[in-house]
Amino acid sequence: MSKHTFDFHTLRAAFSATIPVLFGYLAIGLAFGLLLQNAGYPWVFALIMSVFIYAGAAQYLAVGLFANNAGLLEIATITFLVNFRHMIYGLSLFRKFALTNKFKPYMIFSLTDETYALLTSVTPSPEVKEAQYYFYIALLNHSYWIIGSVLGAVAAQFVTFNTQGLDFALTALFVVLLMEQYTNSANKLVFVIGGVCAFAPLILLGKENMLLYAVILAIAALITLKKRIRENECK
Amino acid sequence: MSVNNVWLAIVIMALITLLTRAFPFIFFHGRKPPDLILFIGKHIPPVVITILVIYCLKDVKLTQAPYGLCEILSVLAVVLLHLWRRNPFLSIFGATVFYMFLLQASPLSCLFN
Repeated sequence: MSKHTFDFHTLRAAFSATIPVLFGYLAIGLAFGLLLQNAGYPWVFALIMSVFIYAGAAQYLAVGLFANNAGLLEIATITFLVNFRHMIYGLSLFRKFALTNKFKPYMIFSLTDETYALLTSVTPSPEVKEAQYYFYIALLNHSYWIIGSVLGAVAAQFVTFNTQGLDFALTALFVVLLMEQYTNSANKLVFVIGGVCAFAPLILLGKENMLLYAVILAIAALITLKKRIRENECK
Repeated sequence: MSVNNVWLAIVIMALITLLTRAFPFIFFHGRKPPDLILFIGKHIPPVVITILVIYCLKDVKLTQAPYGLCEILSVLAVVLLHLWRRNPFLSIFGATVFYMFLLQASPLSCLFN
């Protein structure tokens, strides 16, 4: 029972871990809401999409697809292609998600890039309740995204604020998480693999579907270099 | 697109997104995933985060003034701030404000005129 009773200290710890995502999601959420509103769809759509889809890149693309009267099959295909990378995210979180019991379905639903990056990087301090901590991180991130997109859609009708460059918060978040992972990781080879797998499709095939190719390459590279990575780890 | 179709599209998008996220949990439900899968799961987070950093910077135009200088300086700002204080909030907030300043006030433009 005590495992699920509300713990303010844990919530506060989760909140401070998610502050970077707060800024990032408010920024890109605002931009999304603004785009959707400008495309002629009322703010309720921004709310519904952010609550139930909760996938930044897919939602951005959807605005264009709606406006261009795209077919449902095309929308389905594009959603799958942009979100393909999510299929491997769960692999790193079997243990942590098992701890969250009844919240597990929500944890799975809300597994965005940023939540994944946080959940795989953070180590909860001994005085917080671990399962709750993960759940609050997921829930807070989701709420930032919803608030950002609704604010953007509503504000688009009244005020203009120069948000140009605000989405850099997400880049900065990933850079920080990369540095943390780099410090904590015994194995530096994986970072080289990441770099090569990202640049190869970018240079050879261009920006389109870059994430999809990069993730497939990364899986292939990990399997191929399995022995090397294991040896690297032992040193 | 008609409003009815937009509703339908939203339902489809939500389902597909959920399915991609749930895939490993459905696929390996009730059985232990093979070692190779666990190996990938263990080692892929830093790979993915490296990919995401590069993905975020993919739209930087290196062949046009200011030649990606805003992004390079701002990423450098994140790194330096973070090495200095190890405070994620400071690193991210500081660098973002810096980047917005570079973009909006474009102090670098005098270098290329």
